[in-house]
Amino acid sequence: MSTTTALGAELLGKKYGGRRGGWALRACDFALPAGRICALVGPNGAGKSTLLALAAGLLRPTEGTLTAPAREDLAYVAQAKPLHPRLTVADTLRMGRELNPGRWDDAAALRVVEGGGFSSDTLVHHLSGGQRTRVALALALGKRAELLLLDEPMADLDPLARHQLMGLLMADAAERGTTVVMSSHILTELEGACDHLMLLAGGRVRLDGAVDDLLAAHALLRGPVADLAPHRVVDARTTGRQLTALVRREGPVEGPWETSEPSLEELLLAHLRNPEGAPA
Amino acid sequence: MVEYRIDRRSGVATYLQIVQQTKQALRMGLLEPGDRLPTAREVVEATAINPNTVLKAYRELEREGLVEARRGLGTFVRATLGTAAPAGSPLRGELDAWARRARAEGMDREDVAALFTAVLAQHFEGDDEK
Repeated sequence: MSTTTALGAELLGKKYGGRRGGWALRACDFALPAGRICALVGPNGAGKSTLLALAAGLLRPTEGTLTAPAREDLAYVAQAKPLHPRLTVADTLRMGRELNPGRWDDAAALRVVEGGGFSSDTLVHHLSGGQRTRVALALALGKRAELLLLDEPMADLDPLARHQLMGLLMADAAERGTTVVMSSHILTELEGACDHLMLLAGGRVRLDGAVDDLLAAHALLRGPVADLAPHRVVDARTTGRQLTALVRREGPVEGPWETSEPSLEELLLAHLRNPEGAPA
Repeated sequence: MVEYRIDRRSGVATYLQIVQQTKQALRMGLLEPGDRLPTAREVVEATAINPNTVLKAYRELEREGLVEARRGLGTFVRATLGTAAPAGSPLRGELDAWARRARAEGMDREDVAALFTAVLAQHFEGDDEK
Protein backbone atom coordinates (compact mmCIF):
# COMPACT_ATOMS: atom_id res chain seq x y z
CA MET A 1 0.00 0.00 0.00
CA SER A 2 1.21 3.48 -0.83
CA THR A 3 2.48 5.69 1.93
CA THR A 4 2.12 8.96 0.04
CA THR A 5 0.38 11.60 2.10
CA ALA A 6 -2.76 12.94 0.44
CA LEU A 7 -3.46 15.57 3.08
CA GLY A 8 -1.17 16.66 5.87
CA ALA A 9 -0.97 19.31 8.58
CA GLU A 10 1.70 20.51 10.96
CA LEU A 11 0.71 22.62 13.94
CA LEU A 12 -2.16 23.88 11.85
CA GLY A 13 -4.30 26.58 13.42
CA LYS A 14 -7.11 28.82 12.27
CA LYS A 15 -8.40 31.79 14.17
CA TYR A 16 -11.42 33.72 13.01
CA GLY A 17 -11.39 37.47 13.42
CA GLY A 18 -14.29 39.74 14.24
CA ARG A 19 -16.96 39.12 16.79
CA ARG A 20 -16.98 35.32 16.49
CA GLY A 21 -13.22 35.41 16.93
CA GLY A 22 -11.31 32.59 18.55
CA TRP A 23 -9.42 29.50 17.56
CA ALA A 24 -11.51 27.18 15.41
CA LEU A 25 -8.55 24.83 15.03
CA ARG A 26 -5.35 24.65 16.99
CA ALA A 27 -2.16 22.58 16.87
CA CYS A 28 -3.46 20.04 14.40
CA ASP A 29 -0.94 17.44 13.24
CA PHE A 30 -1.86 14.63 10.90
CA ALA A 31 -0.83 12.88 7.72
CA LEU A 32 -3.60 11.14 5.83
CA PRO A 33 -2.21 8.42 3.54
CA ALA A 34 -3.39 8.48 -0.08
CA GLY A 35 -6.23 6.14 -0.91
CA ARG A 36 -7.87 6.25 2.50
CA ILE A 37 -11.56 6.90 3.05
CA CYS A 38 -11.46 9.13 6.10
CA ALA A 39 -14.39 9.89 8.38
CA LEU A 40 -13.98 13.34 9.88
CA VAL A 41 -16.15 13.29 12.97
CA GLY A 42 -16.73 15.40 16.03
CA PRO A 43 -19.39 17.40 17.80
CA ASN A 44 -20.87 20.56 16.30
CA GLY A 45 -18.34 23.35 16.34
CA ALA A 46 -15.38 20.97 16.57
CA GLY A 47 -13.69 22.53 13.54
CA LYS A 48 -14.63 19.97 10.86
CA SER A 49 -15.85 22.50 8.28
CA THR A 50 -12.93 24.80 8.99
CA LEU A 51 -10.48 21.96 8.40
CA LEU A 52 -12.16 21.00 5.11
CA ALA A 53 -12.24 24.62 3.89
CA LEU A 54 -8.55 24.99 4.77
CA ALA A 55 -7.76 21.76 2.90
CA ALA A 56 -9.72 23.06 -0.10
CA GLY A 57 -7.67 26.26 -0.07
CA LEU A 58 -10.69 28.46 0.63
CA LEU A 59 -9.29 29.61 3.97
CA ARG A 60 -5.74 30.48 4.90
CA PRO A 61 -4.16 28.96 8.00
CA THR A 62 -3.49 31.44 10.80
CA GLU A 63 -0.51 29.35 11.82
CA GLY A 64 1.19 26.13 10.86
CA THR A 65 1.22 24.45 7.48
CA LEU A 66 -1.12 22.36 5.44
CA THR A 67 -0.14 20.08 2.57
CA ALA A 68 -2.85 19.37 0.04
CA PRO A 69 -3.05 18.67 -3.71
CA ALA A 70 -3.33 21.62 -6.10
CA ARG A 71 -6.79 23.13 -6.53
CA GLU A 72 -7.38 21.37 -9.85
CA ASP A 73 -6.59 17.98 -8.29
CA LEU A 74 -9.10 18.19 -5.50
CA ALA A 75 -12.85 18.58 -5.30
CA TYR A 76 -14.65 20.18 -2.41
CA VAL A 77 -18.35 19.93 -1.67
CA ALA A 78 -19.36 22.49 0.94
CA GLN A 79 -22.08 21.84 3.47
CA ALA A 80 -24.46 24.34 1.83
CA LYS A 81 -23.88 22.75 -1.64
CA PRO A 82 -23.51 26.13 -3.36
CA LEU A 83 -24.60 25.90 -7.00
CA HIS A 84 -25.80 28.54 -9.39
CA PRO A 85 -29.60 28.63 -8.85
CA ARG A 86 -30.44 29.94 -12.35
CA LEU A 87 -28.60 27.21 -14.24
CA THR A 88 -30.23 23.95 -15.26
CA VAL A 89 -28.71 20.68 -14.15
CA ALA A 90 -27.39 20.09 -17.68
CA ASP A 91 -25.80 23.57 -17.77
CA THR A 92 -24.24 22.99 -14.35
CA LEU A 93 -22.60 19.80 -15.62
CA ARG A 94 -21.54 21.55 -18.82
CA MET A 95 -19.87 24.18 -16.66
CA GLY A 96 -18.07 21.38 -14.83
CA ARG A 97 -16.80 20.03 -18.15
CA GLU A 98 -15.62 23.44 -19.32
CA LEU A 99 -13.89 24.27 -16.04
CA ASN A 100 -12.05 20.95 -16.06
CA PRO A 101 -10.78 20.53 -19.61
CA GLY A 102 -8.96 17.29 -20.28
CA ARG A 103 -10.04 15.54 -17.09
CA TRP A 104 -13.83 15.78 -16.93
CA ASP A 105 -15.69 12.46 -16.98
CA ASP A 106 -19.23 12.91 -18.22
CA ALA A 107 -20.26 9.31 -17.56
CA ALA A 108 -19.13 9.52 -13.91
CA ALA A 109 -21.11 12.74 -13.41
CA LEU A 110 -24.22 11.36 -15.10
CA ARG A 111 -24.17 8.19 -12.98
CA VAL A 112 -24.56 10.39 -9.89
CA VAL A 113 -27.39 12.50 -11.32
CA GLU A 114 -29.31 9.44 -12.54
CA GLY A 115 -31.82 8.16 -10.07
CA GLY A 116 -32.33 11.61 -8.58
CA GLY A 117 -35.86 11.87 -9.94
CA PHE A 118 -35.34 15.08 -11.87
CA SER A 119 -34.67 15.85 -15.52
CA SER A 120 -31.52 17.55 -16.68
CA ASP A 121 -33.40 20.68 -17.80
CA THR A 122 -34.57 21.37 -14.23
CA LEU A 123 -33.30 24.63 -12.75
CA VAL A 124 -31.02 24.13 -9.75
CA HIS A 125 -33.29 26.62 -7.98
CA HIS A 126 -36.14 24.08 -8.18
CA LEU A 127 -34.21 21.12 -6.78
CA SER A 128 -34.74 19.72 -3.29
CA GLY A 129 -31.86 19.67 -0.82
CA GLY A 130 -31.07 16.04 -1.57
CA GLN A 131 -31.20 16.64 -5.32
CA ARG A 132 -28.77 19.55 -4.99
CA THR A 133 -26.44 17.25 -3.08
CA ARG A 134 -26.57 14.87 -6.03
CA VAL A 135 -25.62 17.59 -8.49
CA ALA A 136 -22.82 18.84 -6.23
CA LEU A 137 -21.45 15.28 -5.91
CA ALA A 138 -21.79 14.81 -9.68
CA LEU A 139 -19.54 17.85 -10.18
CA ALA A 140 -17.03 16.46 -7.69
CA LEU A 141 -16.92 12.96 -9.22
CA GLY A 142 -16.94 14.28 -12.79
CA LYS A 143 -13.78 16.20 -11.99
CA ARG A 144 -11.86 12.96 -11.34
CA ALA A 145 -10.03 14.55 -8.43
CA GLU A 146 -7.31 12.84 -6.37
CA LEU A 147 -8.81 14.11 -3.16
CA LEU A 148 -12.50 14.54 -2.42
CA LEU A 149 -13.37 16.84 0.48
CA LEU A 150 -17.02 16.38 1.40
CA ASP A 151 -18.61 18.41 4.17
CA GLU A 152 -21.67 16.57 5.55
CA PRO A 153 -22.33 15.00 2.15
CA MET A 154 -25.09 12.68 3.34
CA ALA A 155 -27.06 15.05 5.56
CA ASP A 156 -29.85 15.84 3.07
CA LEU A 157 -30.23 12.40 1.56
CA ASP A 158 -32.88 9.77 2.15
CA PRO A 159 -31.58 6.28 3.07
CA LEU A 160 -31.83 4.94 -0.47
CA ALA A 161 -30.00 7.88 -2.03
CA ARG A 162 -27.42 7.74 0.76
CA HIS A 163 -26.71 4.09 0.02
CA GLN A 164 -26.55 4.65 -3.72
CA LEU A 165 -24.29 7.71 -3.55
CA MET A 166 -22.00 6.15 -0.95
CA GLY A 167 -21.79 3.15 -3.30
CA LEU A 168 -20.75 5.41 -6.17
CA LEU A 169 -18.14 7.13 -4.01
CA MET A 170 -16.71 3.77 -2.96
CA ALA A 171 -16.74 2.55 -6.56
CA ASP A 172 -14.77 5.63 -7.60
CA ALA A 173 -12.28 4.97 -4.80
CA ALA A 174 -12.01 1.29 -5.80
CA GLU A 175 -11.32 2.17 -9.39
CA ARG A 176 -9.03 5.17 -9.07
CA GLY A 177 -7.65 5.04 -5.54
CA THR A 178 -9.27 8.38 -4.71
CA THR A 179 -8.67 9.72 -1.21
CA VAL A 180 -11.90 10.84 0.43
CA VAL A 181 -12.43 12.94 3.54
CA MET A 182 -16.08 13.04 4.64
CA SER A 183 -17.37 14.89 7.65
CA SER A 184 -20.41 13.97 9.67
CA HIS A 185 -21.56 14.10 13.22
CA ILE A 186 -23.46 10.86 12.66
CA LEU A 187 -20.91 8.09 12.66
CA THR A 188 -23.25 5.34 11.51
CA GLU A 189 -23.53 7.16 8.17
CA LEU A 190 -19.87 6.49 7.58
CA GLU A 191 -19.20 3.24 9.40
CA GLY A 192 -18.36 0.48 6.99
CA ALA A 193 -17.34 2.88 4.26
CA CYS A 194 -14.42 4.47 6.08
CA ASP A 195 -11.08 2.86 6.83
CA HIS A 196 -9.62 5.92 8.53
CA LEU A 197 -10.93 8.07 11.32
CA MET A 198 -10.14 11.57 12.47
CA LEU A 199 -11.94 12.83 15.54
CA LEU A 200 -11.92 16.56 16.19
CA ALA A 201 -13.06 18.08 19.45
CA GLY A 202 -12.63 21.68 20.50
CA GLY A 203 -10.48 22.43 17.47
CA ARG A 204 -7.97 19.68 18.18
CA VAL A 205 -7.29 16.27 16.74
CA ARG A 206 -8.32 13.79 19.43
CA LEU A 207 -7.98 10.57 17.43
CA ASP A 208 -6.41 9.94 14.06
CA GLY A 209 -5.54 6.68 12.39
CA ALA A 210 -6.61 3.62 10.46
CA VAL A 211 -9.86 2.33 11.94
CA ASP A 212 -8.46 -1.19 12.48
CA ASP A 213 -5.40 0.19 14.29
CA LEU A 214 -7.48 2.48 16.50
CA LEU A 215 -9.81 -0.34 17.50
CA ALA A 216 -6.92 -2.71 18.19
CA ALA A 217 -5.20 -0.07 20.33
CA HIS A 218 -8.16 0.10 22.70
CA ALA A 219 -9.91 -2.43 24.86
CA LEU A 220 -13.27 -2.53 26.55
CA LEU A 221 -13.08 -3.99 30.06
CA ARG A 222 -15.92 -5.19 32.25
CA GLY A 223 -15.51 -6.69 35.66
CA PRO A 224 -14.64 -5.92 39.27
CA VAL A 225 -13.25 -2.54 40.24
CA ALA A 226 -9.46 -2.76 40.18
CA ASP A 227 -6.44 -0.71 39.25
CA LEU A 228 -6.34 -0.20 35.49
CA ALA A 229 -2.67 0.83 35.29
CA PRO A 230 -0.61 0.79 33.13
CA HIS A 231 -3.43 1.23 30.60
CA ARG A 232 -4.61 4.73 29.90
CA VAL A 233 -8.22 5.18 30.86
CA VAL A 234 -10.32 6.96 28.26
CA ASP A 235 -13.67 6.42 29.92
CA ALA A 236 -14.68 4.53 33.05
CA ARG A 237 -17.91 3.97 34.91
CA THR A 238 -18.62 2.00 38.05
CA THR A 239 -22.01 0.57 38.93
CA GLY A 240 -21.92 -1.01 42.37
CA ARG A 241 -18.97 -3.38 42.24
CA GLN A 242 -18.83 -3.50 38.49
CA LEU A 243 -16.43 -1.48 36.42
CA THR A 244 -16.85 -0.73 32.73
CA ALA A 245 -13.88 1.00 31.17
CA LEU A 246 -12.51 1.81 27.78
CA VAL A 247 -8.73 1.98 27.86
CA ARG A 248 -5.94 2.58 25.45
CA ARG A 249 -3.86 -0.52 25.97
CA GLU A 250 -0.27 -0.50 27.07
CA GLY A 251 0.67 -4.08 26.30
CA PRO A 252 -1.63 -7.03 26.88
CA VAL A 253 -4.54 -6.57 29.24
CA GLU A 254 -4.19 -8.82 32.26
CA GLY A 255 -6.67 -8.64 35.07
CA PRO A 256 -9.93 -9.92 36.39
CA TRP A 257 -11.89 -8.33 33.54
CA GLU A 258 -13.76 -9.58 30.56
CA THR A 259 -11.98 -7.91 27.67
CA SER A 260 -13.29 -7.11 24.20
CA GLU A 261 -12.49 -4.88 21.28
CA PRO A 262 -14.75 -1.84 21.28
CA SER A 263 -16.96 -0.97 18.35
CA LEU A 264 -16.16 2.22 16.49
CA GLU A 265 -19.17 3.86 18.07
CA GLU A 266 -18.12 2.86 21.60
CA LEU A 267 -14.66 4.21 20.95
CA LEU A 268 -15.95 7.55 19.71
CA LEU A 269 -18.49 7.98 22.49
CA ALA A 270 -15.84 7.25 25.10
CA HIS A 271 -13.56 9.91 23.67
CA LEU A 272 -16.36 12.43 23.23
CA ARG A 273 -17.50 11.98 26.83
CA ASN A 274 -13.99 12.74 28.04
CA PRO A 275 -12.68 15.63 26.01
CA GLU A 276 -9.90 16.26 28.55
CA GLY A 277 -8.76 12.64 28.56
CA ALA A 278 -5.50 11.32 27.22
CA PRO A 279 -5.06 12.62 23.69
CA ALA A 280 -4.36 10.14 20.92
CA MET B 1 -22.04 -14.62 -9.81
CA VAL B 2 -22.63 -14.10 -6.13
CA GLU B 3 -24.19 -11.09 -4.46
CA TYR B 4 -23.16 -10.12 -0.95
CA ARG B 5 -25.49 -8.96 1.76
CA ILE B 6 -23.77 -6.92 4.43
CA ASP B 7 -25.35 -6.72 7.87
CA ARG B 8 -23.82 -3.83 9.77
CA ARG B 9 -25.48 -4.86 13.03
CA SER B 10 -24.40 -8.49 13.04
CA GLY B 11 -21.22 -7.89 15.00
CA VAL B 12 -19.33 -10.01 12.43
CA ALA B 13 -16.54 -8.10 10.70
CA THR B 14 -17.62 -7.03 7.23
CA TYR B 15 -14.76 -8.80 5.47
CA LEU B 16 -15.65 -12.03 7.30
CA GLN B 17 -19.25 -11.72 6.11
CA ILE B 18 -17.94 -11.69 2.54
CA VAL B 19 -15.67 -14.67 3.25
CA GLN B 20 -18.50 -16.62 4.86
CA GLN B 21 -21.02 -15.82 2.15
CA THR B 22 -18.55 -16.84 -0.55
CA LYS B 23 -17.94 -20.14 1.23
CA GLN B 24 -21.66 -20.66 1.61
CA ALA B 25 -22.10 -20.09 -2.13
CA LEU B 26 -19.31 -22.61 -2.78
CA ARG B 27 -20.96 -25.18 -0.53
CA MET B 28 -24.33 -24.69 -2.15
CA GLY B 29 -22.87 -24.97 -5.63
CA LEU B 30 -23.85 -21.39 -6.49
CA LEU B 31 -20.19 -20.78 -7.29
CA GLU B 32 -18.11 -23.30 -9.18
CA PRO B 33 -14.45 -23.48 -10.20
CA GLY B 34 -13.80 -21.02 -13.00
CA ASP B 35 -16.55 -18.62 -11.93
CA ARG B 36 -15.50 -15.01 -11.46
CA LEU B 37 -16.20 -13.23 -8.19
CA PRO B 38 -17.61 -9.71 -8.56
CA THR B 39 -14.96 -7.01 -8.81
CA ALA B 40 -14.28 -4.79 -5.81
CA ARG B 41 -15.94 -1.98 -7.73
CA GLU B 42 -19.09 -4.04 -8.28
CA VAL B 43 -19.27 -5.08 -4.63
CA VAL B 44 -18.75 -1.61 -3.16
CA GLU B 45 -21.12 0.05 -5.58
CA ALA B 46 -23.86 -2.34 -4.45
CA THR B 47 -23.05 -2.40 -0.74
CA ALA B 48 -21.44 1.01 -0.05
CA ILE B 49 -18.63 -0.59 1.95
CA ASN B 50 -14.94 0.26 1.80
CA PRO B 51 -13.04 -1.23 -1.18
CA ASN B 52 -10.20 -2.44 1.05
CA THR B 53 -12.67 -4.58 2.98
CA VAL B 54 -13.52 -6.48 -0.21
CA LEU B 55 -9.85 -6.87 -1.10
CA LYS B 56 -9.11 -8.15 2.40
CA ALA B 57 -11.87 -10.76 2.07
CA TYR B 58 -10.59 -11.87 -1.33
CA ARG B 59 -7.03 -12.12 0.00
CA GLU B 60 -8.31 -14.35 2.79
CA LEU B 61 -10.16 -16.57 0.31
CA GLU B 62 -7.02 -16.71 -1.81
CA ARG B 63 -4.90 -17.63 1.22
CA GLU B 64 -7.24 -20.53 1.85
CA GLY B 65 -6.80 -21.68 -1.74
CA LEU B 66 -10.42 -21.17 -2.68
CA VAL B 67 -9.94 -18.43 -5.25
CA GLU B 68 -7.13 -16.96 -7.30
CA ALA B 69 -6.57 -13.44 -8.54
CA ARG B 70 -5.64 -13.21 -12.20
CA ARG B 71 -4.02 -9.93 -12.93
CA GLY B 72 -6.23 -7.62 -14.93
CA LEU B 73 -8.95 -10.25 -15.24
CA GLY B 74 -10.45 -10.60 -11.79
CA THR B 75 -10.73 -13.13 -9.02
CA PHE B 76 -11.76 -16.67 -9.96
CA VAL B 77 -12.98 -19.67 -8.02
CA ARG B 78 -10.40 -22.47 -7.83
CA ALA B 79 -12.02 -25.05 -5.62
CA THR B 80 -15.33 -26.16 -4.29
CA LEU B 81 -16.00 -26.54 -0.60
CA GLY B 82 -17.15 -29.71 1.04
CA THR B 83 -19.33 -32.17 -0.74
CA ALA B 84 -22.14 -29.80 -1.39
CA ALA B 85 -25.40 -31.57 -0.83
CA PRO B 86 -27.68 -30.11 -3.48
CA ALA B 87 -31.44 -30.42 -3.33
CA GLY B 88 -32.38 -34.04 -3.95
CA SER B 89 -29.20 -35.60 -2.53
CA PRO B 90 -29.63 -38.40 0.04
CA LEU B 91 -27.94 -36.47 2.89
CA ARG B 92 -30.15 -33.49 2.38
CA GLY B 93 -33.20 -35.70 2.11
CA GLU B 94 -32.42 -37.38 5.43
CA LEU B 95 -31.86 -34.07 7.16
CA ASP B 96 -35.06 -32.77 5.67
CA ALA B 97 -37.01 -35.74 7.06
CA TRP B 98 -35.30 -35.37 10.42
CA ALA B 99 -36.20 -31.67 10.63
CA ARG B 100 -39.81 -32.49 9.81
CA ARG B 101 -39.90 -35.09 12.58
CA ALA B 102 -38.30 -32.69 15.07
CA ARG B 103 -40.95 -30.15 14.32
CA ALA B 104 -43.75 -32.69 14.56
CA GLU B 105 -42.44 -33.60 18.03
CA GLY B 106 -42.93 -30.00 19.09
CA MET B 107 -39.35 -28.69 18.92
CA ASP B 108 -39.06 -25.08 17.87
CA ARG B 109 -36.40 -23.58 15.63
CA GLU B 110 -34.05 -22.68 18.48
CA ASP B 111 -34.31 -26.12 20.08
CA VAL B 112 -33.43 -27.70 16.76
CA ALA B 113 -30.56 -25.29 16.15
CA ALA B 114 -29.16 -25.97 19.63
CA LEU B 115 -29.39 -29.72 19.16
CA PHE B 116 -27.83 -29.52 15.72
CA THR B 117 -24.97 -27.37 17.01
CA ALA B 118 -24.35 -29.79 19.88
CA VAL B 119 -24.21 -32.81 17.54
CA LEU B 120 -21.97 -30.89 15.13
CA ALA B 121 -19.59 -30.07 17.96
CA GLN B 122 -19.51 -33.74 18.98
CA HIS B 123 -18.64 -34.99 15.50
CA PHE B 124 -16.36 -32.25 14.29
CA GLU B 125 -14.57 -31.42 17.48
CA GLY B 126 -11.09 -30.10 16.85
CA ASP B 127 -11.62 -29.64 13.12
CA ASP B 128 -10.48 -26.31 11.81
CA GLU B 129 -13.59 -24.14 11.55
CA LYS B 130 -12.21 -22.51 8.47
